[in-house]
Amino acid sequence: MQSNAALEYDYTVAKLYTYTAIVFGFVGMLIGTLIAAQLAWPELNYLFGEYGTFSRLRPLHTNVVIYGFTVSGVFATFYYSAQRVLKVSMAESKFVNGVAKLQFVLYFIAAASMVITELMGITQNKEYAQMEWPLDLLIVVIWVLWGVAMFGLIGIRREKALYISMWYFIACFLGVAMLYLFNNMAVPTYFTSGGVGSIMHSVSMYSGTNDALVQWWWGHNAVAFVFTVPIVAMIYYFLPKESGQAVYSYKLSLLSFWGLMFVYLWAGSHHLLWSTVPDWMQTMGSIFSVVLILPSWGSAINMLLTMKGEWNQLTENPLIKFMVLASTFYMLSTLEGPIQAIKSVNAIAHFTDWIPGHVHDGVLGWVAFMIMAGLFHMAPRMFKREIYSKKLIEAQFWLQTTAVVLYFTSMWIAGITQGMMWRAVDEYGNLMYSFIDTVTVLHPYYAIRALAGILYLTGFVMFAYNMVKTMTSSRELSEEPQFRSPMA
Amino acid sequence: MGLRELQGYASFFMTIFLVVMLYGYIVYLYRSEKKGKKDYEKLGKIALDDEIDSAPVNTSDPLPDEKKEQNK
Repeated sequence: MQSNAALEYDYTVAKLYTYTAIVFGFVGMLIGTLIAAQLAWPELNYLFGEYGTFSRLRPLHTNVVIYGFTVSGVFATFYYSAQRVLKVSMAESKFVNGVAKLQFVLYFIAAASMVITELMGITQNKEYAQMEWPLDLLIVVIWVLWGVAMFGLIGIRREKALYISMWYFIACFLGVAMLYLFNNMAVPTYFTSGGVGSIMHSVSMYSGTNDALVQWWWGHNAVAFVFTVPIVAMIYYFLPKESGQAVYSYKLSLLSFWGLMFVYLWAGSHHLLWSTVPDWMQTMGSIFSVVLILPSWGSAINMLLTMKGEWNQLTENPLIKFMVLASTFYMLSTLEGPIQAIKSVNAIAHFTDWIPGHVHDGVLGWVAFMIMAGLFHMAPRMFKREIYSKKLIEAQFWLQTTAVVLYFTSMWIAGITQGMMWRAVDEYGNLMYSFIDTVTVLHPYYAIRALAGILYLTGFVMFAYNMVKTMTSSRELSEEPQFRSPMA
Repeated sequence: MGLRELQGYASFFMTIFLVVMLYGYIVYLYRSEKKGKKDYEKLGKIALDDEIDSAPVNTSDPLPDEKKEQNK
């Protein structure tokens, strides 16, 4: 180990993705808050001409928070934690380091292009797959580069056993690769029509119900392999490391992993209940969605049990607070999803505000909490400075927790009210309410959601401020903290 | 038997096969640890002891070095 004495982990790429996670997180949540307010106060649609309308900004919001914020968070935490659990530095391979840096440059170009093209209204019109074909091609290159960096790093590792986080990162890589390719199969019309129309335009290679099925095979598994799998990878590394407690049951983590891989891919058709897809496929989507509770709770309970005997840390360390609440929201969200996938429940829930309510207790409470906690944990190690302010993290935690609760409770009430009103019939079988009746009733809940957005965004600004201050002016550390992250 | 029916049977039996594999894996994990052949729990230390110069855990084999000696 003599030669390793001066060797250190190289966090250059992890830092770059940390910066983009902060920037895209702010932009994505700002747009989200604006469109939430637009639903309550429609006049806000006309602030910036065509560029400020709900229809233009809604896909931009989802894409920026998914592919800008979350994916940056995934890459940042991967390039940080993979080195550590594999016990190999990026600096040890110029090739791997070069590939990772190239991946970041292309990622930034793609993400910026995504924002510009979607703001211009250039879109494939498929949910979570709005980017047009030239960007899709670029994303394939970025993803392949990530794979090269990942397996390159694995190839030169010192730690022969792959820690469970790595399994999840590999699953994220493989799952997204397969699904993204299939869902984005499209024909660029400019070339096939002999130069007619826009060069950016394309038509899906699938049509009708098949297109819907492939779309939701992707759509739901984007939730699986972008919002779940890499976030589970994060919590399996960051919670044990921050708390100093090894994962409660390593075997349970392996079981949950294979259970999740086995079940998740089949659940996507629950997005198409009561639609034109075959009935057996709808039933299969329902059943697999309910079974999905088991592997999801397997990981979440494993994380909570990791804190066994160490629950005092929950009050002492705000990062543990973030991670434990993230795990709890993961449990809530993965119970709520299967409930919504039951056909009879879905008859009321489908197309209502309960669905974005469900999505947001998952993404705000689980995904974003976990990413922010991960980045906070990384900051003192990457920048060799203590976290700027513990008080600010505490305040951010309570502000954002309040925001998440306001968001999902208002949307639960709004969604169920909406679903019931749509189905209500009078004694002659006529519909009792028109669409605008529901909008009038739901207005207060939309206002509450907009308030929740403002609170969560404010919390994110506090996070960004705390991170920037940590990078630039916090107290320098003489040595790397082993477990608990130091904070002023 | 039409193609669709064949697809239905194929899907059903593949699901059964994968369920058997998954449960078989669970049994394997617990049985091999009970018999002392494996120690999966020590892999959890990889996240805690993750300095670049830390000794690698390397394997779920409970006594890898001694066993290597025995095999010589």
